[in-house]
Amino acid sequence: MTSNTPSGATSAQRPSGAADASEFAIELRKINKRFGPVHANRDIDLAIRRGSVHGIVGENGAGKSTLMSILYGFYTADSGEIRVNGTTHAITDSRHALALGIGMVHQHFMLVDNFTILENVILGAEDKALLGPSLERARKELVRLAKDYRLDVDPDAVIEDVSVGTQQRVEILKALYRGADVLILDEPTGVLTPAEADDLFRVLRELRDQGKTIILITHKLREIMAITDYVSVMRQGAIVETLKTSETNPEQLAELMVGRRVLLRVEKGPAHPGEVLLSVENLVVKDDLGVTRVKDVSFTVRAGEIVGIAGVAGNGQSELLESVSGMRDQSAGIVRLKGKPLSLEGDDGAHRARQAGLAHVPEDRQRMGLVTAFEEWENSILGYEDDKAYGKGILLDIDAARAQARERIKKFDIRPANERLKTANFSGGNQQKIVLAREMERNPDVLIVGQPTRGVDIGAIEFIHNQIIKMRDAGKAILLVSVELDEIRSLADRILVMFDGQIVGEADPATATERDLGLMMAGIGNKAAPQARVAAEGQRE
Amino acid sequence: MDLVIILSTLDATIRLSTPLLLACLAGLYSERAGVFDIGLEGKMLAAAFGAAAVAAVTNNVWLGLLAGVGVSLSTSALQGAAAITLKGNQLIAGVAINMLAAGLTTFLGIQWFAQGGRTPALTPDSRFGNMTLPFADELAGVPVLGQIYSELISGHNLLVYIAFLAVPITWFVLYRTRFGLRLRAVGENPKAVDTAGISVIALRYQAVLITGLLCGLAGAFFSIAQGSGFGNNMTAGKGFIALAALIFAKWKPVPAMFTCLLFGFLDALQIRLQNTDIFGVTVPVQAIQALPYILTVVLLAGFIGKAVGPKAGGVAYTKER
Repeated sequence: MTSNTPSGATSAQRPSGAADASEFAIELRKINKRFGPVHANRDIDLAIRRGSVHGIVGENGAGKSTLMSILYGFYTADSGEIRVNGTTHAITDSRHALALGIGMVHQHFMLVDNFTILENVILGAEDKALLGPSLERARKELVRLAKDYRLDVDPDAVIEDVSVGTQQRVEILKALYRGADVLILDEPTGVLTPAEADDLFRVLRELRDQGKTIILITHKLREIMAITDYVSVMRQGAIVETLKTSETNPEQLAELMVGRRVLLRVEKGPAHPGEVLLSVENLVVKDDLGVTRVKDVSFTVRAGEIVGIAGVAGNGQSELLESVSGMRDQSAGIVRLKGKPLSLEGDDGAHRARQAGLAHVPEDRQRMGLVTAFEEWENSILGYEDDKAYGKGILLDIDAARAQARERIKKFDIRPANERLKTANFSGGNQQKIVLAREMERNPDVLIVGQPTRGVDIGAIEFIHNQIIKMRDAGKAILLVSVELDEIRSLADRILVMFDGQIVGEADPATATERDLGLMMAGIGNKAAPQARVAAEGQRE
Repeated sequence: MDLVIILSTLDATIRLSTPLLLACLAGLYSERAGVFDIGLEGKMLAAAFGAAAVAAVTNNVWLGLLAGVGVSLSTSALQGAAAITLKGNQLIAGVAINMLAAGLTTFLGIQWFAQGGRTPALTPDSRFGNMTLPFADELAGVPVLGQIYSELISGHNLLVYIAFLAVPITWFVLYRTRFGLRLRAVGENPKAVDTAGISVIALRYQAVLITGLLCGLAGAFFSIAQGSGFGNNMTAGKGFIALAALIFAKWKPVPAMFTCLLFGFLDALQIRLQNTDIFGVTVPVQAIQALPYILTVVLLAGFIGKAVGPKAGGVAYTKER
């Protein structure tokens, strides 16, 4: 609980109390907020320098979002003072915040899917009862914003037809249209592909260079290092430290966030691959629209190795995972487990695959891995509820299931340690641990893992990675699919790169550079990296 | 078939479509705002009773209309309170309205008028008569076009014209006004509306009250325009058919009009086919009468494709945490 203003900012640095009105866009002083027994924000002092990108990092539940919600007028602080441009304001609702020039881009977009971009931009900011003039003005304004910040969108495109990256752009445009000078972004890259994230950062730099102030909430240290000028670290509701980004490093930030030393690099010994446990031969998979998404893919995974599949999202990885795990029918090809062909067709394909010893941690834990309305113990037996361990005949042995859930909670350090809690009330990392525990504790021969750490805290990431390595060292075959290239590079023993439904290359993580992999991911041989990114973007859309 | 029979069937079509159309547009406002309304039937029935009762007692059609609309509006407000403010289940709120209306109209009818639930027959002054549009009589002699004008377009009661006028008005409100934009938004993503600083609750109440107004007109049509008095369960499930039409029209005003005309046409056909032999066989009246309902099921099941309603429909809005 030390410094409060960006330390070592400029030579003209003054104590925050005497700060010039023009120096800080936002100053928060002694902000406190409690939700019942939870002290979500305690004595927060924070000053955001005008025209800077200020990162706020912290694990889930550290109080970042609460703090920003107070600034944006969703909640009212129990005590404390908010100064905007040097003047104290009691921000009562989001309308008030918008009037003060504070705009927010929410983690889950606040867009109407079947509206055009133009309609979304003016919603709530219409001039008059008739829409015509407002739409005209917005159309002109969008052209201007597109020019000023290189934020091009097609105003007449319908939201549900455009990419996630474009949707986020619309959120930014909404805030700018309402005259925001301070832009708060809450975990903006969680849903973006790497190329889209790069583009977002470009836009943010552009905005900063033209005098806007950006507050970036994230738990990804890479983003902090890449884009911010200052960074404040939050832990358990308090600001632990505010630093100049150029004077810190990811290791220091991670330690401040978690409160202990964290290994960002996964520690693992060499792999000792044994017999082939999983082999996929000439697999062809179509998506729901009948488009072929996996085109004649073959590979093997051996006992005691982790095979990582890298690629920009949407190049067939999801369909590959869903097909091998029995959730989606294959059009052609064979999947063998220990040499025996697996019958994966039909609605019970996934069940048969699990029975045969193939466990699956799906990409989207909330949609496919869990029933979030269930209590934790119910999810911990989901998919295995027929198992004799959980009861005979039509009755569940609830005590046995709960006892086992408690054991797993202990073993996987799932917090809060309460098997009767609704799953929706666990954080993303803990939800992921619930799924991992369920799948790993069955002691399968093959474990298929999709996006194991998407939306997961740094501390939990370390734990999850270690569990996966442990499985490998126990002689299991692991197939890992992730859009986080860093994750693939640090975990996998062998990297396969997928592009446009095909495996376009194999790489050794020890020798392959990020650039090599990036080029393969873009489906390009030897052009320069930036162009590859652009090409990949075009390909995706 | 000659022109006269066709025209009289189409004339009946327009007449029979009117309450469907009013109820369908009523449902459109509410459902577009994210409040599913299965209580259209009940609101119409209550309005029909209110209108007939007041018209019969006061002998004034306008007071009757006012009463019908008033009853429907208060029923809507009640439903709104249950479904919006108290966050109750919208389907159950609607079902409750239907049951309340069915029971209460009969009970009050018997108590007040002692005619087995009917209201006294209305005099011409106390119901909407058919209006003759300008030049209808003069043009009646002109073949085809003149006949269409005088037979088909002219000669309906006021509520028929209001119903069909409500279609372009609804379209304009929905797609060309600030209110319409917000209404559509609140049915799709109320959070987007909330974060834009607009009250979700207020918007939904406004929508539900418009629903009440239109259901009031539809109910009045039954008892003081088309009929001359209230009879037990005189809406005969039209509120549900209107709901089916709304889904069939994918919650859009102009398709809603055509769908209601289609259902009205089936009904008119049904009346015409009664007591006629089809291929030499006399089909029981009941089977013919069931035709529109059967076709509703067939159309909904077979021809509509995937009907995706307003995404946030059916769920009361709760601010997070």
